[in-house]
Amino acid sequence: MLDLLWLVPALPLAGALVLLGGGLRFGKRTTTAVGVGSVGLALAAVAAILVQYAGMHGETVARHVFNWISAGDVTVDFALRLDPLSAVMLSFVTLVGFVIHVYSIGYMHTEGDRAYARFFAYLNLFMFAMLTLVLGANLVVMFIGWEGVGLCSYLLIGFYFDKEYCAAAGIKAFVVNRIGDFGFLLAIFWAFKVFGTVDFSGMAAALAADPARYAAAVTPIALLLFVGAVGKSAQLPLYVWLPDAMAGPTPVSALIHAATMVTAGVYMVVRCNFIYRLSPTALLVVAAVGGVTALFAATIGLAQNDIKKVLAYSTVSQLGYMFLAAGAGAFAGGIFHVFTHAFFKACLFLGAGSVIHACSGEQDMRKMGGLARKIPVTYWTFMVATLALCGIPPFAGFFSKDEILGRVFAAGAGNLNGFGASYLVLWVLGLAAAFLTAFYMFRAVYMTFHGEFRGTPEQWHHVHESPGSMTWPLKILAVGSAVVGLLGVGRAITFGTDLNWFEGFLHRVAPTVEVEHAPSLGTEWVLILLSVAVAVAGILLARRFYFGAEAFVAPRRIAERAPVLYAAVANKYYVDEAYDRAIVRPLGKLAHFSWKGIDTIAIDGTLNASAFFTEIAGDLLRFLQTGNVRNYALFVLGGALAAAAWLLL
Amino acid sequence: MTVPTTHFVIFAALLFAIGAAGVLVRRSGISILLGIELMLNAANLALVAFGRQHGQLDAQVFVFFVMAVAAAEVAVGLALLVAIFRKQRSIDVDRLNVMRW
Repeated sequence: MLDLLWLVPALPLAGALVLLGGGLRFGKRTTTAVGVGSVGLALAAVAAILVQYAGMHGETVARHVFNWISAGDVTVDFALRLDPLSAVMLSFVTLVGFVIHVYSIGYMHTEGDRAYARFFAYLNLFMFAMLTLVLGANLVVMFIGWEGVGLCSYLLIGFYFDKEYCAAAGIKAFVVNRIGDFGFLLAIFWAFKVFGTVDFSGMAAALAADPARYAAAVTPIALLLFVGAVGKSAQLPLYVWLPDAMAGPTPVSALIHAATMVTAGVYMVVRCNFIYRLSPTALLVVAAVGGVTALFAATIGLAQNDIKKVLAYSTVSQLGYMFLAAGAGAFAGGIFHVFTHAFFKACLFLGAGSVIHACSGEQDMRKMGGLARKIPVTYWTFMVATLALCGIPPFAGFFSKDEILGRVFAAGAGNLNGFGASYLVLWVLGLAAAFLTAFYMFRAVYMTFHGEFRGTPEQWHHVHESPGSMTWPLKILAVGSAVVGLLGVGRAITFGTDLNWFEGFLHRVAPTVEVEHAPSLGTEWVLILLSVAVAVAGILLARRFYFGAEAFVAPRRIAERAPVLYAAVANKYYVDEAYDRAIVRPLGKLAHFSWKGIDTIAIDGTLNASAFFTEIAGDLLRFLQTGNVRNYALFVLGGALAAAAWLLL
Repeated sequence: MTVPTTHFVIFAALLFAIGAAGVLVRRSGISILLGIELMLNAANLALVAFGRQHGQLDAQVFVFFVMAVAAAEVAVGLALLVAIFRKQRSIDVDRLNVMRW
């Protein structure tokens, strides 16, 4: 079965090719069969492969598909690699991907046949690219998947391309990602120059054999790779595309902009952990960017009223946690959060989609309220996922978030790489972000599902539970959000017994950077209780602010007392405006100058001027052509005499 | 006694000048062709004279080629004149200026 590894990305690709090759002319039934069926088959293939792989003790399996680039010293194979890390990614990407495909059957059924087919074609193409990214055995194959998911993200954000803001959001996502991809490309070139190979195993072997030889190159390569990760995973300062990406259909937000694609940056950093672990500076940069982003995005999430925007900023914030973990050397911890986050954030987005579906397309939480009575399945699944995100035990997010905060604290207390103080500061940021996460998520829950309905009576009358194709995915993901955390129960929770299956599984490819003095069991318990207490405090504050008779009174008073601060937060700290002023408009001016100044005046002008003078000269010289034969004869004679004279004299 | 080469050359130059003058001043196409013919023969004469002075036969061979080309030129020239005459009812070259600017 492992020889059929190539089938995993090939099946969704086949689905996309059939749908696109059919000119998107199939009816909904055929489209569903092809689009969802191909991913279902891929899921079955993954299941079979993982069952077989489970008995192989985490060894690395590489499968060479074909020789792709071969020029001089450069050899790049199209090769796939199955190891514990890609196995974990493979499992949830195909599972969550399949569930979201099923959900889309219900969510997109009001679209026309053509749009429906286009949607599934792009979604299939995305699955292909994502699986290629995950399975790639070298940086170049990974980069192909990386670019492929970026393309599909662009296509699906701009799915409703007749709406201008959707098209603009697609372009924004693509352009911002481009900046990151540039860094990634430079890193690939640099890595090839230094190691002579871009194969993960090859690079790891070279580094293991002689770390001192590559000491100078490790930090720049790691930082350039991280530039790519920052773009793809929406970290400061390139996070701006992700909130806008919510213009796409909600299943897309769930699959691409929450569960899978945006975690590609974290995956890449962990995949290259053999480089990062040799560079303390790069690790600290990764952790710092992650920690600051986690808090920064969480504060913006406090004042958003669009339900999808809240979740988008939450995603940015949670991605920050993942980088914080990776930066603290807890690579398995970061991937564990990627894993649990995929379940509960996909569940939240699909729940939000179900809410939007119920409210006839309304996304503004100020016009919702009291929906819990009418759409109980959506409410309960949303609740489970919210609790998971807030880090309430025993839901999934508790284990992964606790693992991260614990590891960051350990890095600080154990003075990892001599940056102990910095890691302690980042730990405080992470803890603060956990408080804010609990607050804004329960704010969303209370505004959406509790209190009185604030929309029109017709809308209220129309509110209905979504069809089974949408609620079943919600149930599956809610169960996932509740239980997948048990795969990675921390050491302290079990009083020192090592039940952390997840970390053990990943240990071979992404071992955690251990500090010399790990915190004692007691300290870890204090940390766990602290993070739970912080989350509960956030929930209680949200309850006081947005629940019951006093709802909305306190937040309104705060907004009135500190209007400047409130406006800054509600307007996302004016970051988009600042980028517009500092980058977009100057670039626009430069482009305008290049067009009107350089191209039109200088280049076209030179060309037109030479043509103009040629024409003038011709206009004057044509009078020499008298049309008189004897005149010409005179010229010929004169010329001959002149030539003779020049020869003789 | 042999005639010195100078005499031939002077004669050829005179002949050439007469031909050139004919080409430049006459308006009749046939006269112009005649003038050209004179100029060609002046050149031939000069060739033969120099050939004799240097004792080489190359020049005389060359003259035959010039004569052949001249015959062809006259044939084409006369044919053109016939065509022009049919079109214009005249062989006055000064009236052949319809193609100028």
